[in-house]
Amino acid sequence: MMLESKEITKVFGKKTAVDKISLKLSPGFIYAMLGPNGSGKTTWMKMAAGLIKPTSGEMYYDGRPLDVASRKEIAYMSTEPYFYTWMTAGDVGKYYQDFFEDFSMEKYRSLLERMELTEDLKTKALSSGMMAKLKIAVTLARDARVIMLDEPLNGIDLLARDQIMKCIVEAVAPDRILLISSHLVEELETVADYAVFIKKSHLIEVRELEELRISEGISVADKYRQIYANMGGENE
Amino acid sequence: MKYTNSAPIYLQVVDSIKEKIITGVLAPGDRLPSGRDLALEYTINPNTAARVYQTLEQEQICYTKRGLGTFVTEDPERIRVLREEMAENLLDAFLTGISRLGISREEAIQMIIKKEG
Repeated sequence: MMLESKEITKVFGKKTAVDKISLKLSPGFIYAMLGPNGSGKTTWMKMAAGLIKPTSGEMYYDGRPLDVASRKEIAYMSTEPYFYTWMTAGDVGKYYQDFFEDFSMEKYRSLLERMELTEDLKTKALSSGMMAKLKIAVTLARDARVIMLDEPLNGIDLLARDQIMKCIVEAVAPDRILLISSHLVEELETVADYAVFIKKSHLIEVRELEELRISEGISVADKYRQIYANMGGENE
Repeated sequence: MKYTNSAPIYLQVVDSIKEKIITGVLAPGDRLPSGRDLALEYTINPNTAARVYQTLEQEQICYTKRGLGTFVTEDPERIRVLREEMAENLLDAFLTGISRLGISREEAIQMIIKKEG
């Protein structure tokens, strides 16, 4: 039950967003996909979710090329807002229930409660932090084998972050891959098993976080500084 | 909990639990949280939480009863030794730091006595 990209490449016009990335993700672990904005994280995730087609290379799930059946087992939370403005949090749940067989309303309700949200909240009235929490709740309410969260911590205050991190920790399962992209490296420091460093459309390396501390005595944030140090100002 | 940047996370959590045992927050024979609950309590990865318990078991500070959970050792001798070990670690760190400043042990002892008074 692996998710694997082989030499996957995506070109948009003149820009190569993802350049020959080969990456294998195994169940039971949390992967932090790290890199400045614009380094190719979102494009890789969207290809893994089957939302965009690679220019070359291929994505494999469970040893087979990604297809409609495997896409059902993959949940992807994008950075873009995707709820209709008239929806309440409860409507969002019903909408997901219609779309995804593995969606559990019970789980959704318990996640909403954990996030201190209620079903009658109108999505258009939500603050950015509340919206972020709603998106996480509805994504984690699916019993998906692969869960990818694209920048789940963006624009969120400290307390909401704690709630979100705890829900992510709870979502870990031996038969599930969790992939979280972020440019807020420190936030994932204690929670991720592996860090996947992406720089300028390329995969730099994959490191186990604890091993990094044991063998080099450095944190993932230190490693991040080493890898991206000469890029100051180029990205946000 | 606040983590330092260089030591492995699992060792930092191990030390935190050891401290709770030494100070009596956790009593001999007390049941420890499940791996998952430990992960939530410390906001760590569940695999890291499993490693915490493996380490504590290897050091015979905890033991696991199949299907029942992980418990604090009931051996008072082990806890006494643990207390000494942790004190020794703190002392070592202190002595390393103080000698780096070029301060002799005698001087350091005088400083401690003065500080206490």
